Amino acid sequence: MTTTEMMTLKTEPFVLNFGPVHPSTHGVYRMRATLDGEVVLDIEPVFGYLHRGIEKLAEERTFSGFVPLTDRLDYISSMSNNLGYCLSVEKLAGIEVPERAEYIRVIMAELQRLVNHAIAVGTFLNDCGAYMTPVVYMLREREKILDLFDMVCGQRLTYNYMRIGGVSQDIPDEFLPALRRLVNQMFFFIEEMERLLKQNEILLARTKGVGILSRETAINCSISGPVARGSGVKWDLRRADPYSIYDRFDFDIPTAEVGDCYDRYRIRIEEMRQSLHIIEQAMKQIPSGPVRADVPHLIRPPVGEAYAHIEAPKGELGFYLVSDNSIAPYRCHVRPTSLINLTALREMVRGWKVADLIVIFGSIDICLGEVDR
Amino acid sequence: MTVALSGKEIASQIEEKFPGSVEESGRDSLVVKSDSLLPVAAFLRDTETLKFDYLSYVTAVDYFSYFEVVYQLTSLEHNHSIVIKTRCYGRENPVVPSVIGIWQGADFQEREIYDLMGIKFEGHPNMKRIFLWEGFAGHPLRKDYLS
Repeated sequence: MTTTEMMTLKTEPFVLNFGPVHPSTHGVYRMRATLDGEVVLDIEPVFGYLHRGIEKLAEERTFSGFVPLTDRLDYISSMSNNLGYCLSVEKLAGIEVPERAEYIRVIMAELQRLVNHAIAVGTFLNDCGAYMTPVVYMLREREKILDLFDMVCGQRLTYNYMRIGGVSQDIPDEFLPALRRLVNQMFFFIEEMERLLKQNEILLARTKGVGILSRETAINCSISGPVARGSGVKWDLRRADPYSIYDRFDFDIPTAEVGDCYDRYRIRIEEMRQSLHIIEQAMKQIPSGPVRADVPHLIRPPVGEAYAHIEAPKGELGFYLVSDNSIAPYRCHVRPTSLINLTALREMVRGWKVADLIVIFGSIDICLGEVDR
Repeated sequence: MTVALSGKEIASQIEEKFPGSVEESGRDSLVVKSDSLLPVAAFLRDTETLKFDYLSYVTAVDYFSYFEVVYQLTSLEHNHSIVIKTRCYGRENPVVPSVIGIWQGADFQEREIYDLMGIKFEGHPNMKRIFLWEGFAGHPLRKDYLS
């Protein structure tokens, strides 16, 4: 066969099944990728391998009885889920939260952001091919934060720490000194990580200009969180619609312009720094006092509906609750950050190679517990 | 702080443009007739003073006599929000027009509503179940679904 003949050889697109059990799908996500050689033509996501019907289960539980189930949504950041749900019930029933509890909640939510971004960055680098080394360093730091969570609630993954009207128990005396030590260490750790990665040639080659998400598409596809901010959408609910006591803290909202995988990675690193700043301020300001409002075990909110949202580590997490004045929600809808952030994936991966598909997918940072619910 | 705009005020603006399209309006939400949902949605997105370019979420509630589809809209530029609802009557084959052409973010969420609540979205390019498998009997989030 001559070279010219070889050039005119026709290739046919073929379908590659990717997942649900694959180390780079971060759970049980599955997609059917249509490929032309190594180039991705299209993908079709397939969901539902972790569908547990959490919204239906909510209708059969009391308002306070649903808190432990929220842990199972995005199980990487359970504290944030607790917070989002409790805020929503408090809005629906008009419950005031004591000052000290608000501060504890903010500290927990920001620690949770550190945990989430550590895992997101670590596994993202894993997907880029930096096999295991960065993720193990990240997990080492995460362990230190999990020790703190263990200290306040005895759990390392599904905390069930927040309650409607506050938190389940006050932080122990040794918590704040331990947190102080951790914050100092974390600043140093992030610097170290940055030195290793920021100008790393392989990382730059794999992520710069890869999987660009434009600002317009990000808004139109309802993308939120670090993915949206990486595309230049300066939107952070802690600033745009301050909940809890976030209006008392001084912090930056990092944004980037290009919207490629590198920008999304950079935003997460920068957000970790900002979280540490918020924790530092909260530690200085935290007052003493009760940590839980006097809320009956069975709450009967008035007839009506409420939607409260928070800036969870992955983006906007919200709970839409409808009450018919009974002890259980009439309807409980979770606004799933991870599911909605996947909307634009199809457009982001078209025309890229299979290896880039993994990197782009990893840069979105999803958790299947929240996608499927 | 995201300002929740008054449903009554937005309703009067919509009524001016599309008479008879608003069914009901409240403090921070309004109910639009389903046959005029698409022009109203486009109006809300494209009007300069409103500019609801971000669809926070879509969900549906079963009230037995009708289904209510809820859209929470936000304007990132003006930092305000509004809740738009539309109702569909009849349990056999409820249909609502799909807003995917206006806000693409509705893609998976409308499929989820179809899967779990059984409301079809007309105009959605891929209207099939998302979490449960094809052939699953019933729609679990309906109030009359018995597990």
